[in-house]
Amino acid sequence: MTLTTLAFYLFATVSVASAFMVISARNPVYSVLFLILTFFNSAGLFVLMGAEFLAMILVVVYVGAVAVLFLFVVMMLDIDFAELNEGFLQYMPIGATIGLILLLELLLIFGASTQLVSQSALPQATPEGMTNAEAIGRVLYTDYIYYFQAAGAVLLVAMIGAIVLTLVKSENPRRQSIAAQNARRREDGVELVDIEPGQGL
Amino acid sequence: MEIGLNHYLTLAAILFTVGVFGIFLNRKNVIVILMSIELMLLAVNINLVAFSAFLGDLVGQVFALLVLTVAAGEAAIGLAILVVYFRNRGGIAVEDVSQMKG
Repeated sequence: MTLTTLAFYLFATVSVASAFMVISARNPVYSVLFLILTFFNSAGLFVLMGAEFLAMILVVVYVGAVAVLFLFVVMMLDIDFAELNEGFLQYMPIGATIGLILLLELLLIFGASTQLVSQSALPQATPEGMTNAEAIGRVLYTDYIYYFQAAGAVLLVAMIGAIVLTLVKSENPRRQSIAAQNARRREDGVELVDIEPGQGL
Repeated sequence: MEIGLNHYLTLAAILFTVGVFGIFLNRKNVIVILMSIELMLLAVNINLVAFSAFLGDLVGQVFALLVLTVAAGEAAIGLAILVVYFRNRGGIAVEDVSQMKG
């Protein structure tokens, strides 16, 4: 058993186990943390497949952005999780049935379709003498430049949409009014009061 | 034993099924449903990268990158909708979502 095989089984086992924990954890905060673990292990699998750039992007985008976003939302919303977990087992039988059928179908399709692909040791998708990031860049910025631009547009629309959705118009916003500041005179703000000693104001 | 394409595809199939299962299991908890969708997208990404590696074609990795972009945007929009929904209703139970329509 080589090191690669061992690493594959380690990453695969941990990622499947933590994926199960994601959907079965009682507290969504734990779900998010297990989601992060799943993504880290998948990044390890990507490295095993020779896609280092994508592995790093996975860690940066998912763990750094998406998972933290989930964590913020889970912690920000004041949700009664006990109430949400009622009826947790109600849909277990139908879910398990459909999941099992789906898994069998997927495995059958993969088993049939991968006859066409060589099962030999990993051929490198990255050409010789080139890093993975450079090779992806050479494809992404030439043949797939329009897809790249479209991805940027999708992100822009998502950003604007999220801001528009969550922006709260304040009833009484405290904005700086430069005109009012400049128009203020000494007589408006300062008042001289004579106070008798020992009396207070 | 050599790790072949089938190993990766089986792993991706299991992860995808776990995602579908999670949607069925957590019918009331929208946050976990969104996380299940992320799991399914991750399974698709593993598929794309596995085929890219075993066919020796980089295009699969490019498409995995695009899937990653869409997943990030989807998570942001979904959570924003969730926050607005929570603000309006004071809860995130999925059964009440049909009240959002017109």
